[in-house]
Amino acid sequence: MNEKLSYQVTVNGVAFDVDADRDANLLSLLRDQVGLTGTKQGCDDCECGACMVLVDGRPVNSCSYLAVQTGGRDVTTIEGLAEDDELHPIQQAMLDHAGVQCGFCTPGMIMSAHALLETTPKPSIEEIRIGLSGNLCRCTGYQSILNAIGSAANAAD
Amino acid sequence: MSASFLQAASVDEALAALDAGARPIAGGTDLVVGARQGKAPLPAALVAIDRLDDELGSISDNPDGSLTIGSLVNHLRLMSEPLVVERATALADGAALIGSPATRNVGTIGGNVMNASPAMDTGAALAVLGATVHLRSASGPDRILELDELWTGPGTTTARPDELCVGLSLPARPPRSGSAYLRLEYRRAMEIAVVGAAASISLSADNLVETVSIALTAVAPTILAVEGTAALAGRAVDTNLLDQVAALASEQARPIADLRASERYRRHTVGVMARRALEAAAERAQGIKLGVPVNRNKGIGVSL
Repeated sequence: MNEKLSYQVTVNGVAFDVDADRDANLLSLLRDQVGLTGTKQGCDDCECGACMVLVDGRPVNSCSYLAVQTGGRDVTTIEGLAEDDELHPIQQAMLDHAGVQCGFCTPGMIMSAHALLETTPKPSIEEIRIGLSGNLCRCTGYQSILNAIGSAANAAD
Repeated sequence: MSASFLQAASVDEALAALDAGARPIAGGTDLVVGARQGKAPLPAALVAIDRLDDELGSISDNPDGSLTIGSLVNHLRLMSEPLVVERATALADGAALIGSPATRNVGTIGGNVMNASPAMDTGAALAVLGATVHLRSASGPDRILELDELWTGPGTTTARPDELCVGLSLPARPPRSGSAYLRLEYRRAMEIAVVGAAASISLSADNLVETVSIALTAVAPTILAVEGTAALAGRAVDTNLLDQVAALASEQARPIADLRASERYRRHTVGVMARRALEAAAERAQGIKLGVPVNRNKGIGVSL
């Protein structure tokens, strides 16, 4: 059953009218219909976190979430964090602390970190580890990412 | 919205859709992932219940001391809600071990219970806490089932297709009670229990056992309640008792061998989990605060 459904979803503050297969996942909606490719397809099986976005401010693996369930909701992707030419503090910290190597996991890492800092503005290292525990990185060994998130949290007041 | 997808605006509307053959979806963490892995295609007609928070999203503290937990309550809330952490600590332990923050945000207790996985991290906790499941349908009276009346095998229950899980009830616990859930894991997140065990205990004023319950995870086709614990009343929680509970758990386990563990390894380690869960539950019953999830306090997944 893959009937086309029409609904509206707000992505990074902009309302989009979409027509999508009922079974379309949120990841494909964002990449193929809305045209935002910052959200990555990694494992495509809810394991690696490369597809992490926020739905109404809370983290969601967009590969394994039905797009139609975001109808009328607010989705935030990596493209929604920077303001004009100014990187979001978490993005800047990832650069400053070399939390990026190949970069494929980075959008998902940053979205998970963003969700964490919204609810826990001054996390312990353990809380950062738990906050990022649904995101895999095969390059950095994680320490530089933890340093970046910790630094972004400390810089915010 | 269409024949194949309805966003329910009320429980009654969802029940009418189920009566007409639709299947419910909340977060979709089992349904959508399973469909994408090819286990089963998504049902022809879906009714989304994820916006029924007003009716299904509450945790209530009832006058008789019992807790009612709406089926849409997510794992994030279970692990952090003071009522659950204080009175149903094993359930908070289990919820805190599920997946990642995203999984705990999207996944619901109703979905977890009705998916009926023998490896579910909330199941053994619910079993030792004596949870009952509330099912509602358009066509008949509500049914309230014990867990062992609900679960029949991996992914199978006695719920009818037109019934929706609307919530769970946890009976009041006596004073000087405690509970805990532990699992053996190969990694600390995005993990499925290799084996697990939950314990709940109530103690007399001189710290002797009044009641004790043990349930096991991932060692049988359903969550397995350990038999023979009634005979432990009146005993002190000492090494002898813990050894006996570990032996009961290992003897009654009926594990499979798969890529995650051999039958023999599961049988042994489920006893270790039962022992540590009971130890943690007894400490909590005496007012000792052990963080959630208690896995780390009991030596599992500790950072080097």
